[in-house]
Amino acid sequence: MNVMDTRATSALLYLDGVHVAFDGFRAINNLSLALEPGEMRAIIGPNGAGKTTMMDIITGKTKPDQGTVLFDGVTDLTRLDETRIAELGIGRKFQKPTVFESQTVEDNLLLALNVDHSVKATLFWRGSRAESERIDRVLETIRLTDARNRLAGSLSHGQKQWLEIGMLLAQDPKLLLVDEPVAGMTDVETHQTAELLKQINRDHTVMVVEHDMSFVRALGVKVTCLHEGSVLAEGTIDQVSSNERVIEVYLGR
Amino acid sequence: MDHMLTRSLDRAATTFLIVVAACGILIPLSNLLLPAGSVFHVPTYLVALWGKYVCYAILALSIDLIWGYCGILSLGHGAFFALGGYAMGMYLMRQIGTRGVYGNPILPDFMVFLNWQKLPWYWYGFDMFPFALLMVVLVPGLLAFCFGWFAFRSRVTGVYLSIITQAMTYALLLGFFRNDFGFGGNNGLTDFKDILGFNVQAEGTRAALFALSCLALIVAFLICRAVVSSKLGKVLIAIRDAESRTRFIGYRVESYKLFVFTLSASMAGVAGALYVPQVGIINPSEFAPGNSIEAVIWVAVGGRGTLIGAALGAVVVNYAKTFFTSGVLAPYWLFMLGAMFVLVTLLLPKGIVGTFNSWWEPFRARRLAEASAAREDGVSEPKMAE
Repeated sequence: MNVMDTRATSALLYLDGVHVAFDGFRAINNLSLALEPGEMRAIIGPNGAGKTTMMDIITGKTKPDQGTVLFDGVTDLTRLDETRIAELGIGRKFQKPTVFESQTVEDNLLLALNVDHSVKATLFWRGSRAESERIDRVLETIRLTDARNRLAGSLSHGQKQWLEIGMLLAQDPKLLLVDEPVAGMTDVETHQTAELLKQINRDHTVMVVEHDMSFVRALGVKVTCLHEGSVLAEGTIDQVSSNERVIEVYLGR
Repeated sequence: MDHMLTRSLDRAATTFLIVVAACGILIPLSNLLLPAGSVFHVPTYLVALWGKYVCYAILALSIDLIWGYCGILSLGHGAFFALGGYAMGMYLMRQIGTRGVYGNPILPDFMVFLNWQKLPWYWYGFDMFPFALLMVVLVPGLLAFCFGWFAFRSRVTGVYLSIITQAMTYALLLGFFRNDFGFGGNNGLTDFKDILGFNVQAEGTRAALFALSCLALIVAFLICRAVVSSKLGKVLIAIRDAESRTRFIGYRVESYKLFVFTLSASMAGVAGALYVPQVGIINPSEFAPGNSIEAVIWVAVGGRGTLIGAALGAVVVNYAKTFFTSGVLAPYWLFMLGAMFVLVTLLLPKGIVGTFNSWWEPFRARRLAEASAAREDGVSEPKMAE
């Protein structure tokens, strides 16, 4: 484990030889992947390829059986819990939009802001101008300014997806993990979401899991195809989608 | 601090506080000052009975704080209530002094009866009222802290947590039943003489205890409101609705749960401490799992997550209990309680106050919209997103 001593990689996120099995089923099988700072990466692959499990490992929800998961070249993520990893600057959007439905859009963003999250700080919290300005900016970015006082539960599906992305922005992480952001969206919303992610990528590193190939194409970034828990192909969208094995297991002929 | 309080009080909360304060002042005054024949005279037995309801209301508030706002369903909150009660009972026992049956100046009667030679160490200090008060808050709080430390760190949630809280109160029930545990065994602590030098049976003391219970209810309510209307309250609701999401944003969920669970247990302890001098006895049956479940039903009936509803539910259900268990319907009370729980769950899932709020909401929203439109001086409301 000499990688622990010095910064062994320039990558922001570095996975090497990761294995995880659930009751004998090998969900992740010798997975290796590296994300450079500032990069946006699209992850594709058939159902059960291990895309969501990979995100679970990165965010501390699942502990790998073996392998290295390094953040920023030095931090071993496998030893930390979800809260600590979130504090380090890894944000996550779930496959199913998960927002706090019984609270307003504004409160959802307020909760996500990366300020002191200790019990004492929140008990004696008072709003500041800087915080409300940040919330205003995020609301503008995700086009929900007019809905700020609505309950998050009353938003449309697409708006909830954006709100969740907005919560990631408020969290201002170094790395954003975005799981199926356009599932169930209309074409217009899908297009807007691609634009939104590109805008976010200007100052954040992003990893997007998505099935929608036209969306992945619209992002125009490096693509990794997973299959049975390991990397099957990696490259531009054209390279990957012309790969024989990818066509066979995922895209279909 | 005043900022936190003013922010947290809306019209309903203010009304609630005024009603409780009025009861706390008028009922004792009417009991003490009006002649027994007057229609406005409140007899002493009713003062004691209502005092009991007020203590139950505080217990209900403490349950609503964790269940209604943070989703922690404790089916063992009666244990914290009873521990607070025992702490107060120990003080009251030490006040008996030589007036006990055996006349021992130090040892309570049951210890003399069991041939104990000296006071167990854990009874030290309970002759001092401030120490007893401290224990009323500390003992339940400490138990809740230790229990919560293990349970929340191990991420025990939902029905599993409810079951181990039941086990906790049942274990305490069994422990307190034992004579060698040192708390009077089966009989518990009773035969109290006086509190701070005042006779616990006297009308004046009872009236004062009632007033104090109302004051405690007001303070407990203000604390709960301050907590739930702070940013911490929003975090609690976030944990209730989407716990893992809250973790992924970077909140240490177990710390929040531990904080609110400990606070709630201490509040339940205060309720128990006020209860004991008013009913004149504390025994292990207060730890019975059924008691804790009943307290959860009060909250469900009143409306969880509303605070006012919890207090109201405690009073309404206990009034019904007093009414029905004192007549020919007495044998059927438990069936009625069960039926009430089923019916409320089916027909009024939000409880009395929650249902009222959702009827009232459209009117209130319209009024607010009109008010804000007037304030904005003709500037039209921004259109909602498509």
